[in-house]
This record gives sequence, structure tokens and C-alpha cells, in this order.
Amino acid sequence: MRTLHTFHGGIHPPEHKAESNAQPIVQAPVSKRLTVSLRQHMGTPAKPLVQVGDKVLKGQMIGEPAGFLSAAVHAPTSGTVIAVEPMAVPHPSGLPDLCVEIEADGEDRWIDHAPIDYQTAPTQAVLDHIRNCGVVGLGGAVFPTHIKLGVQGQLDTLVINAAECEPWITSDDRLMRERADEIVQGIEILQHLLQPKATLVGIEDNKPEAVSAMKQAAAGKAIEILAVPTLYPTGGEKQLIKILTGKEVPSGGRPYQIGVVCTNVATVYTVHRAVNHGEPMISRVVTITGNVKQPGNFEARIGTPLDDLLALAGGALPDTNRYIMGGPMMGMPLPDSGYHVQKGSNCFIAASDALFPPEPAAMPCTRCTHCAEACPVGLRPYELQWFIRGKNFDKARTYNVFDCIECGCCSYVCSSNIPLVQYFRYAKSELMERDREKRAAEMARQRSELKQQRLEREKAEKAAKLAAAAAAKSESPEEKAAKQAAIAAAVERAKAKKAEGDAAPEAPAETIKEEA
Amino acid sequence: MLTAIIVMACIAVVLGAILGFASIKFKVEGNPIVNQIDALLPQTQCGQCGYPGCRPYAEAVASGEATPNLCIPGGPGAGQAIADLVGVAYEPPGGDSAEPAPKAVAFIEEKACIGCTACIKACPVDAIIGTTKQVHTIISSVCTGCGLCEPACPVEECIIMEPVPTDISTWKWKYPTYEVKEVKKVA
Repeated sequence: MRTLHTFHGGIHPPEHKAESNAQPIVQAPVSKRLTVSLRQHMGTPAKPLVQVGDKVLKGQMIGEPAGFLSAAVHAPTSGTVIAVEPMAVPHPSGLPDLCVEIEADGEDRWIDHAPIDYQTAPTQAVLDHIRNCGVVGLGGAVFPTHIKLGVQGQLDTLVINAAECEPWITSDDRLMRERADEIVQGIEILQHLLQPKATLVGIEDNKPEAVSAMKQAAAGKAIEILAVPTLYPTGGEKQLIKILTGKEVPSGGRPYQIGVVCTNVATVYTVHRAVNHGEPMISRVVTITGNVKQPGNFEARIGTPLDDLLALAGGALPDTNRYIMGGPMMGMPLPDSGYHVQKGSNCFIAASDALFPPEPAAMPCTRCTHCAEACPVGLRPYELQWFIRGKNFDKARTYNVFDCIECGCCSYVCSSNIPLVQYFRYAKSELMERDREKRAAEMARQRSELKQQRLEREKAEKAAKLAAAAAAKSESPEEKAAKQAAIAAAVERAKAKKAEGDAAPEAPAETIKEEA
Repeated sequence: MLTAIIVMACIAVVLGAILGFASIKFKVEGNPIVNQIDALLPQTQCGQCGYPGCRPYAEAVASGEATPNLCIPGGPGAGQAIADLVGVAYEPPGGDSAEPAPKAVAFIEEKACIGCTACIKACPVDAIIGTTKQVHTIISSVCTGCGLCEPACPVEECIIMEPVPTDISTWKWKYPTYEVKEVKKVA
């Protein structure tokens, strides 16, 4: 029996899982129009491969990965590309981003696709296959999966993150209950690629059905299914690793540095579909819950309009005034329903003021330190907040603001309702901007110095050339004498020739010609 | 008496040797304060301060010849930091130059370009590609937006300074603010 560890802090908000976890996953019909964003992963956005008017098939790559930290994007159904332009995407800025809009032809015709035999194929070929299938982390961070699975060196533990600790979300729960066998097949692919000493699946103990389904599917295999205590944010990568292995990921580091790779359970399922069936990532399970008539889980194509999913869930109730993509703790507020399913959308919540009362106005900090007690990373949010309000960003960096996972525990427990996470996000983006500017300034300084050096070198070269030319013009007295002697000799020869010519005036014309 | 003189002389020789060694071993090339000031400047190399580039300005500030408030792209932020570094009071520059212009990059209208290379010579960071009688273009990721190419260009409406739009990758979170609610007076 494995002993479980604990992480610092954490909170227990109302779970709200029962609303949507009772009904099986419903296949959502393919919408008439699908809007696929080209930035559905962490890193560089995909490069569009299609133009307006192009016919595409289901599973056809419409955006290719641009660079190392990038992932491919595929057409979720067959049809015609009707737009490649910036459109509304779920992002806190509210700014539009490049999307491909596809009008479905209703045939839903697949492109030629083939599975890959991961046991015989070289590791790199399997990783490339996963990369070309556009598999990214589906827990929310959308980190390209092939990079995670390509880590070098001996791995101690493979952690499968099935905690699903955010309230309201039940998509992973339903997936495990219904498709545990396929998830286990996915885990076996990861085990083959990474060769870990142990494989641990962490599921919060508020999902007993999922735990038993996974235990049944993993029976007799080298996979340990572990029920972990329900505590937000257990599903945070570093928190789950701490619970299961007792090891802490270093500040600013990545799990592979301590011999651990952590992957979300839905990602594992997608890897199985990609490797064993050759299907790229074109759909995912989405929870539609909150202020809707019949909350539930739907397997929807990427790019499905939120309105269509809301209609499947019986429609949003009249007092709905906003939406949330993700959970209420870390999710992204959306002003209306004019958005589309992304690879990272595990949940959409229809929100109303009755369900999520607006935050009361913030009061001054009383230094109660509840935030520091709740912080799962062990930061002191009250101190950070003061530095940030004083625009002392360097100090915020020294106090490890970049270790903040933005889980919202501090804001949740704050007795003065201070929006602490917003302060930290603000400080992080200010610091990142400064770093960007510093790098740009350093590059400009180097380029300017190089230009100065080049100009000086060119100047020196020109001066040297001129000096050489001037030296060629001015001659020494010996050279002058030699030249004059040569001229005199030539005059002598000419004179002699003339004398000869006078003696024999009828020289043959041919001879002269030959000489010439 | 003699012992005292000998002892003092020995100490003087030893300390002198240490100082002599240190002055060679730990010799500082150039004025380090210039590098520190240079690091605080935005490196646009725009010359708006009246010096031919960021480093000459840093040298001028270090020698006390120039005040720290002349850098326009750096704004009051850079000015204040330099003033703190050299230990003088920061005075905001007068006039409308106080506000740094929004970040822009140069753009060459290819139809208008005559291929004269005047802008290439003016660019302090070699961000312009082109040669005689060939259309020039700007590497926008390298351009500092100094605007020195604009007056150098003999053609009108050839070089345009285009403001850099905010997109998702450069967007920043705002400082948390609240709506101010009007409290009604109870009669």
C-alpha cells in the first residue's frame, strides 16, 4: 500500500458535481459551422494550411505546428473553408485571434488515416505521430503532449492526473466511468514511451464510480489507481505529484527534473485515439453545467459553437448573464455565448448572479494571513499584494510571484475580498513585458555595436586602399631613373629601325603585317 | 629607533606590493557607471536626446555633461532610474516630450521605394535589407522604432512609422480596479 502525502494549504469549495455527473456522455451532432482557432495550445500558434474556398476532409491538418513549442490543428469535419480571419476566442483580453471557419457538408467524411504500431515503431516516429495528431494537455494548460512524452533520461514515476478538483467539472469523471479500457490502453502507450518505474493514477475520492471503473480496467497491469482526498487544488500538476510521490517540483522547474511526468487523463485517452486509431484531436468531452436546464457531458467537435451545446443541455435559463470556460476557480469568464469549443475547454458554465453572487467590494487587508495558510505553493499572498500595489515588481519576483499557479485559493479565503489573483496576474505580465523589453534592448545594443564596428572597419579598409593607391603613384628616384633608361633605350631602338628602313624601303607588306 | 624605521619600511614595501598587484590584477577597463547607465537605456539608438546613440548619451550622463531626463523613449521610468544611479535629482523634462510615443516600427511602402539605400545608412541597428536600385524592406522584429530612417528617405510616403498593435501574445493584465459606486445621501 502506497502512503499518500499532503501539500500545504488548499480549500474545499462546494463541489457541484452531482448536477452533471449522472448522465452518460452524449454525442453532440456536428454543427453547421465550426470555428477552429489556430492557437489552441501553449506556444507558437499553428500556421494555416488552408485558404477560403478550400474543401477539407474530417481530420485533415488545417494548421501545421510552427516551431518546437507548437501543435497541429485539424478540420473537425468535412466541408468548405469559409473564413480564415481573426475571430472571437476565449481569452482574458477579449482580443480576436486567427481562426479557420468551416461550413460542414454533412457527410463527415474522414481523410485517410492509419494507426501506428507503437511497440515496433521507433520512439521518435510515435512522438511525431502524436505531434501531427495535435495532441495537447487537456487539463487546461494545453501544453503540447509530444514534448512531455519526449523527455530524455530515466523516469521514476508517470502520474496520470484524474483528480478533476475544480467544482462543477465532470468531463474526466464521465470519461473514466465509460471509457476506462481505452484510457488504460493510452496509459500503456505512455508507459512504452517513457519506461517509468511506477505508474500512478490519482483520482479524487469524490468519484468512487470512476475509481472502481479504472481499477477494473487496470487489473493485472502495472498501473496503480489511487483515490486521493478531495481538496482543491489537488489537480494542480505539482500538488498531485506531491501527494502521490512526496516529491516537490523545484521553484520555476518542471516535473521531469525530479523524474516525474504528469499527464491529464483525457489527454491519455486522446493519445490512445491518435496512436491506436490514427485519429487526430478533433473532439473532446465537454461539461455543460450551471444555469442550464439539463446539465451533462457532451462529446463535441473542436470548434462547436457554445450556443449549440447549450441548446443540447436544454438551453440556458433566462437569468444567465455570463459564461465561464473551465471551472469557477480558474476558469475564464466569457461575456456571452458567442465562443467555440477549444481543445482546452473541459467545461462551460452558464453563470447567473444567483449562482455566483458578484464579489463584494474589496476592503483593506487585515493581515489575517488566511491566504498564506491556504496557498498550495507556500507563498505569502498578503505580502505580494503590498509589493504589487506599490509597483515594486522586483520585490514581487524575489518573493516568487512566478510560482503562483493562479488557483484562486487566496482570493477565496480572503476575508477582505481582495482580488489577490488579479494582482499576481498583473505583476506577472508586467514582469514578463519588462523581460521582453530587456531582451529587445540587449539585441538592439549588440546590433548597434556591430554596426559601429563594421563602419569603423570599412573606414579603415578604405583608408588603407587609398594609401596603397597613393603609394603606387609616387615613385622613388631609382625607379624614375630605370624608367628614363627604358624610354631612352626604346628611342634608340626606334632610331635604329628607322635607319634600317631607310636602307631597305621595299620591305614586303606581309612581314609588316605579321609583326603587327 | 632604527628597528622602528626598518619595521615601518618593511610594512610600507609589503603594502605597496599588495596595492601594486591589485591595481594590475583588478584593473577596471573604462568607466563601469557608463555600462550601468547604458543598461537602463531602451537602446532605441534614436538620438532624440541629442547624442548619436544610447552609449554616447550614457557617457555624457556619466561625465555630468548631460542630465538624466533627456531619454524620450525611456520616459520618466528610465530617467528616474538613471538619476537614482548617478545620485542626482530627477526633473521631468518640460514641454510635450514628457510622454513617450507609443511603440512603433518602420514600414517601407515597396511601390514608393526607389532603392537609394539612404535609409539603410541611417538605421542604427541594421534592420533594413536592400541594395542599390532594389526594393528595401524592414525586419520588423529587429526595428527599434527610432524613426531615423523616416527623415533620411528622399521619397514622400515611402517610410511609414506604424504603431505596433496589441495582440494576444503581447496583451497585459490590467491593474485590478473597481467601479466607484455613488452613495446616495439619506434625506
